[in-house]
Amino acid sequence: MLANFAAAFALVFDPYVLWVIFASAIFGLFVGAVPGLTATMATALLVPVTFFMAPVPALASIVTATAMAIFAGDIPSCFLRMPGTPASAAYTDEAYAMTKKGQGEIALGAGLVFSVIGGLFGTAVLILAAPSLAEVALKFGSFEYFWLVLLGLTCAVFIAVGNPVKGMVSLLIGLLVASVGLDNPAAFPRFTFGNAELAGGLTLIPMMIGMFAVSEILRNASSMETPWEMAQVKVGNVFKGMGKLIAKYPLAMIRGSVLGTLIGALPGAGADIAAWMSYAMSKKFSKEPEKFGTGHVEGIVEAGAANNSALAGAWIPALVFGIPGDSITAIVIGVLYLKGLNPGPTAFMENAPSIYAIFLVFILANLLMLPLGVAAIKCAKQMLRVPRDVLLPVILLFCIVGAFSINNSAFGVLLMLVFGVVAWLMEENGFPVAPAILGIVLGSMLEENFISSIIKADGRLGAFFERPIAGTLGVLTILVWTSPLWLKLARKKKPPAGGLSA
Amino acid sequence: MKVNDAITGAALFILSVVILWHIQGFPAMHGQRFGPAWFPGIIAVGLAACAMVLVARGIRERAAWIAFDPWTRKARPIAGFASVIAGLAFYVLAADALGFHLTGFILLLFWLRILGTRWPMALAVAALSPVILHLAFYKLLRVPLPWGVLERFAF
Repeated sequence: MLANFAAAFALVFDPYVLWVIFASAIFGLFVGAVPGLTATMATALLVPVTFFMAPVPALASIVTATAMAIFAGDIPSCFLRMPGTPASAAYTDEAYAMTKKGQGEIALGAGLVFSVIGGLFGTAVLILAAPSLAEVALKFGSFEYFWLVLLGLTCAVFIAVGNPVKGMVSLLIGLLVASVGLDNPAAFPRFTFGNAELAGGLTLIPMMIGMFAVSEILRNASSMETPWEMAQVKVGNVFKGMGKLIAKYPLAMIRGSVLGTLIGALPGAGADIAAWMSYAMSKKFSKEPEKFGTGHVEGIVEAGAANNSALAGAWIPALVFGIPGDSITAIVIGVLYLKGLNPGPTAFMENAPSIYAIFLVFILANLLMLPLGVAAIKCAKQMLRVPRDVLLPVILLFCIVGAFSINNSAFGVLLMLVFGVVAWLMEENGFPVAPAILGIVLGSMLEENFISSIIKADGRLGAFFERPIAGTLGVLTILVWTSPLWLKLARKKKPPAGGLSA
Repeated sequence: MKVNDAITGAALFILSVVILWHIQGFPAMHGQRFGPAWFPGIIAVGLAACAMVLVARGIRERAAWIAFDPWTRKARPIAGFASVIAGLAFYVLAADALGFHLTGFILLLFWLRILGTRWPMALAVAALSPVILHLAFYKLLRVPLPWGVLERFAF
C-alpha cells in the first residue's frame, strides 16, 4: 500500500496535474454555486476536455470538480433560497432560514467545514475498503458478477425510488438502449436497422451530456422569467464557531458521514438522496427536532457531511466492480474504459499507482476545499450575478462540441438532443433517471455474464446458486425483488395503528 | 408536461410488442437456448408487464390525459424551451454544410436573443465563443470541427 502511495504521489504532484486540479476546482465551485448547473453536469461537460488527457489528470479533474460542486451547492441556499445542486436541496430552506436570522455566516461555514469532514471520511473508507474488496472480488466469476450487477440494478429500482414500477420502466429502457448494436455475446447487430452509427452501440458520453446537461438547460430555459433575489449575508470569518459545532454535534457529523458513504456506495443513489436521508435522520435523532426548519444548524452539519461523503463512497463499487454508485461514477466508468483503465479488481494490481492517485486526489481536493471554499463564499455575490441568459447558450454550444468530439460526428449531437428531451420528459412525469443510466452502463455486463454463466452451467439455472457468494448474492437479490410483497403481507397481518381513529 | 400514466403505459406496451415481433428475426445460436434475441426479449416482456400496471394506475387516477405546466401558457418560456430543441436539431442538420463556426455563431445569436440578451452583448458572445472553442478544441485538442462553407479560410 505504501509503495503504491509513493508511486501515486509522483503521479499527482506533477505541475500539470496540480494545475488541472486547481482549474477543475474553480470550475466545480462555479458550476456548483450556480443553481441549475449540477455536479453531474460538471462531470459530463468535463469529459470532452479530459478525453485528451492522461488517465490521472483526467480523473483528478472529475474528482476535484465534483467535490467542489457538491460543497458549492450549499452557497446559493443561503443567498437565494435555491440549491446550487440537487444534493443541497434537502437543507436549502434551513440554510435560508439561518440567513434570515442573521446566521448566514454560520450556515456557510458549516456547509464548508462539514463538507470537508464528510469528504475526508468517505475518502478514508474508500481507501480502506476498496483494495480489500478488490482482493475478494478477484475470486469472483461470471456467476458472482451476474448477481452483483443484478443486485446493483435492483437497488437502483427499489431504494429511494418513490415508485418502483416507474423505476423499473426506467431501468428497462436503459437496458434496451444498452442492447443496441453489435456489442453482445453473439455479435449480432441488434436494432441497428442497417445504420453504421448504431452498429457500434449508442455512445455513452453524448447520451450523458444529453441527460444531465441538455435536460437541465431545457428546465432552465423554461424558467427564465423569475429573476433571482439575493439576500444579504455579512461574511467575515466563516470558521468562527466551527470548533464549537464539531464539539456539539460529533454524533450527527459521524452519522451523516457513515450514512452518506453507504448511500453513495449503493448503486443508483448518490449525494442528493444521501442528503435527504441524513437530514431526515438528523431530525429523528435530534434532541431538539422542533427547531428543524426554523434555521437550526444541526441538519446542515449532518446532511452537509453526508452528501460529500457519498461522492467518495460511490467510487467504491465503481472502481472495484465497475458498477457505478451514482450518476457521476456512471460517467466516470465510461471515462475509465476510454482511458484503458478498465475498472475491476485487476485494476488494483495492474494499475495500482493510478488507483492510488485517485485516492490522493480525493484527499487533496477535500483539503483544497478549505481555502478555495472560503474564496468561493466571498465571491458568491459575483458568481451568482452571472447572467443566465448568456451562460445557458454558451454551455449549450459547449455541449455540442463535447457530444461531437467523442466520435467526431454530428450523430453524437443528435443522440444528445434525443436523450436530453427523453430525460426531461421522464423527470417531468416522475420516472427517475438514475436507473436508466445504470441500465445503459451495465446492460452488456449483465447479458455477458449471464450468457457465459449459462454456457458454463450447460443451461442449468440451479448453477447460479451453487457457489457460496453467488448463492448469497442471488438470495439477497430475490429478497429485494420480493420486498414489496413482504411489506404488503406484513401490513395485512397488522392493521394500521391509526385505523380506528380515522 | 405531465402525460397520464395510461398513455405512457400504452405507448410502452406497443413498444414492447414491436420489440418482441422484431426480435423474432434474430438468428438462433447453434446448440444454445440463449441467442441474441433472449436479452431484448426479457426486457420487452418486463416492459410490457410494467406498462400494463401503468395503464391500470393511470385509468384509476383519472388525471387529465395530458396536462401542461403554467409556464407553457407564457410566450417567453415556451420560446426558450423550443429554441433549445430547434437549435440543436438545426445544428445536426446544418453543421456539416455550414461548418461549426458559422452554425455556432448563428445558434448563439438565436439563443441569446430569445433568452433576452441585448444585441451588443449577444453579438459579442456569439462571435467570440466559437473562436474560443475553436482554439481550445480544434487547435489544442485536435477535434476536427467541420469547416463547411468556410473551408477556404481554415486555419
